[in-house]
Amino acid sequence: MGDPALSRRGFLAATAAAGLGMTALSGCGSGSDGGSSSGITTVEWWNISTTSPTKGVWAALAKKFEAQNPKVKVKITQLENDAYKTKMTALTASGKLPDIFHTWGGGVLQQQVHAGLVKDLTDTTKPWSDGLLPVAKEPYILDKKTYGIPFDIGMIGFWYNKALFKRAGISAPPTTWSAFLDAVKALKAAGVTPLALAGKESWTGMYYWAYLAMRTAGIDALKKADDDKDFTGAGFVEAGQHLKDLVQLQPFQKGFLGAAYSSPTGQAATVGNGKAAMELMGQWAPVVEADAGKGVGANLGFFPFPAVEGGKGTITEIFGGGGGHALRADAPQAAVDFLKFFASETTDVELVKKTGVIPVVPAAESALTDTNLKLVQTQLKAATGFQLYLDQAYAPAVGQQVNDSVAGLIAGSKSPEDVTQAITKTAKEEQ
Amino acid sequence: MTSTYLSDTRSGPDAQVRPPTRPDRARTRRRVLHWLTAVGFQLPALALFGVLVLLPILFALYASFFRWGGFGMPSDYTGTDNFTRLFQDDVFLGDLWRCLLLVGLSLALQLPFALAMAVLLNQRIRGRAVYRMLFFAPYVLSEAITGVLFGMIFAPDQGLADHVLGAIGLDGLGGEWFSDPSTVMATLFLVMTWKYFGFHMMLYLAGLQSIPAELTEAAIVDGAGSWQRFRHITLPLLAPTLRISVFLSVIGSIQLFDLVWVVTAGGPDHHSETMAVTMFQYGFKRYQVGYASAISVVMFAISLVFALAYQRFVLRRDLAGATTNMRGDGA
Repeated sequence: MGDPALSRRGFLAATAAAGLGMTALSGCGSGSDGGSSSGITTVEWWNISTTSPTKGVWAALAKKFEAQNPKVKVKITQLENDAYKTKMTALTASGKLPDIFHTWGGGVLQQQVHAGLVKDLTDTTKPWSDGLLPVAKEPYILDKKTYGIPFDIGMIGFWYNKALFKRAGISAPPTTWSAFLDAVKALKAAGVTPLALAGKESWTGMYYWAYLAMRTAGIDALKKADDDKDFTGAGFVEAGQHLKDLVQLQPFQKGFLGAAYSSPTGQAATVGNGKAAMELMGQWAPVVEADAGKGVGANLGFFPFPAVEGGKGTITEIFGGGGGHALRADAPQAAVDFLKFFASETTDVELVKKTGVIPVVPAAESALTDTNLKLVQTQLKAATGFQLYLDQAYAPAVGQQVNDSVAGLIAGSKSPEDVTQAITKTAKEEQ
Repeated sequence: MTSTYLSDTRSGPDAQVRPPTRPDRARTRRRVLHWLTAVGFQLPALALFGVLVLLPILFALYASFFRWGGFGMPSDYTGTDNFTRLFQDDVFLGDLWRCLLLVGLSLALQLPFALAMAVLLNQRIRGRAVYRMLFFAPYVLSEAITGVLFGMIFAPDQGLADHVLGAIGLDGLGGEWFSDPSTVMATLFLVMTWKYFGFHMMLYLAGLQSIPAELTEAAIVDGAGSWQRFRHITLPLLAPTLRISVFLSVIGSIQLFDLVWVVTAGGPDHHSETMAVTMFQYGFKRYQVGYASAISVVMFAISLVFALAYQRFVLRRDLAGATTNMRGDGA
């Protein structure tokens, strides 16, 4: 550089060399997994919190953790839900996962565990994770080992309009399937549309079939059917038959086959505008009802999916899912510390207050003030069994086939047997 | 085979017989240089075309013989299984039928309607420029926006369509539109016509402008009625435009995706699904990329066979003079 007569060509060459050098150096930097040569450990944290306020709250929590642990730096990567799923599938194939990554548990986590990519957290987290809400931990316990720590949990159930139930003379929410069908008939007789459904988005109909299968065949059968690639058991056919009984009462809003979920004329808006008495939906339903429609305010109630007489399941077994974090197989101890920090009472209180999740730390319960979420939380606390959303519990193709076949059953083109056979066929093709 | 045949015809029969002489050799060198220059200039474009078009097509063909989830290289070779499965799949067979239906409806209703409007707007009527613009405007909208718009218009009970029908006392015609398996295709076709007839109308108008007024005047002098003038002057002279418009319409129907995806996502219960929608479902929802590739290969084959046959048998005369060889004279 000291040469005053540096020619133009020489200058270009020098620049290029410097550029290459930089690239090579930075390449080394990112490849060394945040080695602790300088005493600082860098922990990569991949999550899907791309929207406010969660995004900001989480970033602030990372800063707080760094302040408490001066030797650790947290590097956050935020990706939108679908982009994250795609990226993670590629990373799983290549065998290189981030230190801390978002997971829904179930089938996908199982695949990553089988590939030897995920850290077994059973012993290292036991002292503090034992106290977490049991049902929230379920999705991440595989073969009796813990592979993830939850920060959110939710469930599907019936959101109903108390005023419309009153008009139809229904005093208490039904707890059995036959009482439920009676309630549907009573609502119809009173001139009220009993149920709203988004037929265009087939996952909404799948909830009915999944819950009915849990109630008739039982949770264990749902797991076993996936392992054995055989969904043709009597319990599954029976589930379809029960759903068919409901469909034959024509309980859904006019034009439901073309309706979307959150559009201004969709399922949530239909309930939110008081045009239908119920919808089967997750803990997010009240927010969407008020957003897409007017919302029914204090008239909104929540009851668990009814039990089916003679079935193997009970009314306290829930269908749902949440969010959690898992660790790369050889992630540093700092990553485990971060999970502990993130599942502490102080953090959870902040998450519940600021980002509207249901507490996974029982001590954080007092922070929950939302009436509707409290209803859901009551059910979650009393839960005796848990089934993860089928599209996360099963391989993508099987999950989609369940959605698709059940949509056919609801549209009247498929029989209960067709549904179980189609799912079995897809499950067999997938293995 | 083909290239030998071509070069033989080009150099003529006696080129093979005569021994090469000096001027001949010079000519060959010139020609080689000529070729090299051409190849040199085309290389960047060819490379891009190869990497972005040919390679993906070939790769899709390759992947269609595997069971493949889309990541890593395909390794689970299953022969023609994907294709056998495809032609036993009720949804895919339905896709083919719906494709035929849309092509048939387009040719029988949409294009004649566009032609009628074009002939009408080719006459001296007040405000014809405004009409032309209005009818063409829907074509400018993206398919996605069209989908959202008509999804709202045809929403059962709450949509504009049912309100308007109700207001003029035709409640009976109101229905579930996109939500009923028996009316979804008709409604879809209505929206397609709304969106695309303006485009075809514009093509026809351009064609009509190029018909010399003298011909029509002469026919009038000869005492031809308006139908006879249309039948024997307008239609024959418009034929090249018609043939291109039919071609575009058919290819468009084969590849229909955006509109359907936005407005019905193929539903209710697959009753408006097209090949492209089925392909998307399998490729990006179920991650059965091998099977989705097989669907895309069949779509490609149908389009290719149709395009080649159509060019060979229907567009032959229109294309004469449009195609060139290296030397710039007609093929």
